[in-house]
Amino acid sequence: MISLFLRDLKLSVRAGGGALIGVLFFLTVVAVVPFAVGPDLNLLSRIGPAILWIGALLASLLGLDRLFQAEREDGSLDLMLMQETPLVVTVLVKCLAHWTATGLPLVIASPVLGLFMNMSEIAIGATMLTLLVGTPAVTLIGAAGAAVAVTLPRGGLLVSILVLPLAIPVLIFGVSASYAAVEDPAPFLPPLMILLAITLFFAVIGPLAAALALRSASD
Amino acid sequence: MPIRLVVEGLSAQRGEDLIFHDISFVLSAGQAVVVTGPNGSGKSTLLRVLAGLLETLSGTVRLEGAPAEIGHPRELCHYLGHRNAMKRELTVTENLAFWKSFMGDSANGHGVGIEAAVEAVGLAGISHLPFGYLSAGQQRRMAMAKLLVAYRPIWLLDEPTAALDASADRLFAGLTTQHLAAGGIVVAATHQPLGVEAMELRMTGFASVGEELI
Amino acid sequence: MNENSLAIRKFSDLANPTRFLGLSALVLPWLAVLSAVLLAIGLYLSFTTEGDYQQGETVRIMYVHVPAAWLSMMCYTVMAISALGTLVWRHPLADVAARAAAPIGASFTLLALVTGSLWGKPMWGTWWVWDARLTSVFVLFLMYLGLIALNRAMDEPGKAAKASAVLILVGFVNIPIIKFSVEWWNTLHQPASVLRLDGPTIDPEFLWPLLVMAAAFTVLFFTLHIAAMRNEIWRRRVTSMRRQAARSAGREA
Repeated sequence: MISLFLRDLKLSVRAGGGALIGVLFFLTVVAVVPFAVGPDLNLLSRIGPAILWIGALLASLLGLDRLFQAEREDGSLDLMLMQETPLVVTVLVKCLAHWTATGLPLVIASPVLGLFMNMSEIAIGATMLTLLVGTPAVTLIGAAGAAVAVTLPRGGLLVSILVLPLAIPVLIFGVSASYAAVEDPAPFLPPLMILLAITLFFAVIGPLAAALALRSASD
Repeated sequence: MPIRLVVEGLSAQRGEDLIFHDISFVLSAGQAVVVTGPNGSGKSTLLRVLAGLLETLSGTVRLEGAPAEIGHPRELCHYLGHRNAMKRELTVTENLAFWKSFMGDSANGHGVGIEAAVEAVGLAGISHLPFGYLSAGQQRRMAMAKLLVAYRPIWLLDEPTAALDASADRLFAGLTTQHLAAGGIVVAATHQPLGVEAMELRMTGFASVGEELI
Repeated sequence: MNENSLAIRKFSDLANPTRFLGLSALVLPWLAVLSAVLLAIGLYLSFTTEGDYQQGETVRIMYVHVPAAWLSMMCYTVMAISALGTLVWRHPLADVAARAAAPIGASFTLLALVTGSLWGKPMWGTWWVWDARLTSVFVLFLMYLGLIALNRAMDEPGKAAKASAVLILVGFVNIPIIKFSVEWWNTLHQPASVLRLDGPTIDPEFLWPLLVMAAAFTVLFFTLHIAAMRNEIWRRRVTSMRRQAARSAGREA
């Protein structure tokens, strides 16, 4: 299983891998916002956490469609389906590798973008923490979407459409926890705990659904 | 007890079409069967059903005398399909090392080392290159090296020698013979003669016209 | 044979990567030594001149910030000329030059952004503002990263060459925007004070270290660029030799 994790990591940093593209997309999306809403620093610092979350959400959808499609195209998926190792575990490990390659760099890049958004240190820290806790959930939900769309030739867009509505709870609690950290009356911990619960919940549901979809998609 | 692959009354469909109907055969350790027949007669479908990648419509695939408790016969099978299941971006060694560690060995056998496997397919010395640099024939041979690095008693081979020249054909026949001599089982779908002692299963291309084992 | 054709022959000699490797091996150590000496002098001057009475010690950031910003634009200009070389003259080294310059340009741009941010915090009270100069430099940084990503995404250098050349030329529009942004729009960033038609407005006290640092950065850029080009040529040779090895393997077996 460690070998699968390492192989997927290697693939994502080798030529044509998606690791760099994700962060670049994140940077670009967030950088575009001030052009749209105007360079008012107070406004930017107020909407900063929300913008970072939307950027991270969109960026972590990138490349999700290739999660199983690439394996299917070269026949590796067939072999993975045949092994004694439960498919659920294989899917979970692939999700972890995908998150480490694309989600973790987003979390690491988020403080820099927080500075661009003129966010306070506490807001930056809180957003980074919520992203760290919340982005795995997006990948895990995305795995189910990617597995459903694995046989479609142009599944990329469809995966985004399927996954985004399911990721809305993650967005809600991620953003509200980030705001709770800077606005006094609202407590920070409860929404963060709910976010963590969502991630753990999808860590079970996502791979199970994906494994089911992959088995039935095999032809 | 040596293993036996027992196939009884197997039927399968793809979509709504019945591909084949009522196929039965028994293979004991050391035996091979070559599945022949025209295009579209269901050779690949049969192999994918045996590999557990397609649902059976009726009938069973059973493994008798399996050395350990297994969930499904596919867990003791190698499947070499049309596609090589190797990543172009990774080197040959990285590819083979991944499959060796991911698949592991079945009971009662050991896969050979990566260098030994690469040498067995006659391509020693280029295992450090990215898989994508290799020619189609070389890629196919490296995919065969995958059969050697992780031990499985049963090999399911779909057109194994398609992109290969005559010398690679002979080399592959040698590997198959070795596997059979060690008590393995081989099911191969092919147009070309495989060059090993084998029974022949002729698929007629239409269901129910009695597939027969010659 | 007159002077002119000799010069042309020298230039086309350079087109041969092997000649380039030979020549650059001779030049490179001298460039490296020169940039080290200039950097040493520049840094010494930067730290020994008096601080500004308004800005205090932070003014010294300028000696790194301004040259880095100049270089970020010059590097892109070098890439744009190389891109022309790829598309118009099909010079075999032009693509190598463009490809090798991208990471260096990205580094200088990042240096300019980071030093500017460090300078902005005490001066303006914020790490970052979305004014025309800063934003356009940030866009330049994104363009560098995009070009690097494009080069990485295509493993065939020949195919990547034309695509990135087109992209570089399209993106060149941004360079004049960066240069004149402080004059066209009324921004927080101060206007140019060295390269002006009516002479520098900056005090000579600051001008000398700045000019030495700029020279040092420029020589440093060429040192790094030539070294990176050599690496790129070697990398391509290694790749083609590996492909050769793959083709010849197993043939005798």
